[in-house]
Amino acid sequence: MEYILIFIAAVFVNNIVLAQFLGICPFLGVSKKVSTALGMTGAVTFVMVLATLVTFIVQKTILDPFNIGFMQTITFILIIAALVQMVEIILKKVSPALYQALGVFLPLITTNCAVLGVAIMVIQKEFNLLESIVFAASIAIGFGLALTIFAGIREQLNLVNVPKGMQGSPIALVTAGLLAMAFMGFSGIV
Amino acid sequence: MSNLSNLTRGLFKENPTFVLLLGMCPTLGVTTSAINGMGMGLATAFVLVMSNLVISLVANSIPDKIRIPSFIVIIAAFVTIVDMSMAAYLPSLHESLGLFIPLIVVNCIVLGRAEAFASKNGAFASMLDGLGMGLGFTMSLTILGCVRELLGSGKIFNLPVFNENYGMLVFVLAPGAFLALGYLIAFINRIRKTN
Repeated sequence: MEYILIFIAAVFVNNIVLAQFLGICPFLGVSKKVSTALGMTGAVTFVMVLATLVTFIVQKTILDPFNIGFMQTITFILIIAALVQMVEIILKKVSPALYQALGVFLPLITTNCAVLGVAIMVIQKEFNLLESIVFAASIAIGFGLALTIFAGIREQLNLVNVPKGMQGSPIALVTAGLLAMAFMGFSGIV
Repeated sequence: MSNLSNLTRGLFKENPTFVLLLGMCPTLGVTTSAINGMGMGLATAFVLVMSNLVISLVANSIPDKIRIPSFIVIIAAFVTIVDMSMAAYLPSLHESLGLFIPLIVVNCIVLGRAEAFASKNGAFASMLDGLGMGLGFTMSLTILGCVRELLGSGKIFNLPVFNENYGMLVFVLAPGAFLALGYLIAFINRIRKTN
């Protein structure tokens, strides 16, 4: 039951993009088409779960016992950067098809603040290993949900006449604002 | 390129937030009040100046292949310094900025300037560039913070402007961040066009 609660809270109530403002760059950058949005979602889910798993283990087995918690930021970002590189190399060898689909998005993920954000969040929330994994996967699904809905809206937006001054990023931000308002309707569920 | 243009480029012509749309996460996340926006901007400015300085000094001795990871480690070191000093001297600001302080490390502005400017230019020019970009970022965050605080709770820097019963709470909450920034960018585009 508590895993379901973590899931609903992370996907709908505290949506990573629309309520916590993490991962805005890919949210605005790769949301012009639904197909690219789905590819990005796949890559983020994969890396986020893996990164949370590794950073969690490092935190509990190295940083905590040796009392060097202040190294957290440096350690985590290095792990994420190395992990992304490694995933890229392995995918290229093992599954060229998957690499084709996710490849272009992988380098972008190192600077996706949601990945580092989730890694730090699970430590702050004092989750155990399984809860952390569920949390990371749910956050990634929430990210994908917001990204895909937003991409769908933007595809429609291309077909309408937007006032000149609002074209481009202003209308995208206003759309995101309305979407965030819709997601606020979920608050109070959990 | 003159020193003056290195400094002012980040303030107006290539303002990281309003023109280049970089560093959106802290821009939207912490600007619930003017003071938070300013604190976040100054913290980022410090990291930008210091990392630009160090990177411009060591860039020539770093092999090309491990350039990005090395830059990230240098940036992360300064972010840790900022994080710990703020926790010690400004605990309340540190608490309200929360997760966004360690996340300065993945702010695209910092790595972007390291890669695009500091790795190719001298130490002094890089520092000026970092300072200009940092102040430009601080300025935009403070403006957005002022707008949201004024509309949301009728205050600026905690000083009451409107009647105390006033308040459009939505501007302090998440949707208001997107709406305020969207209209602000549209407004700035408008000014830039007419000039």
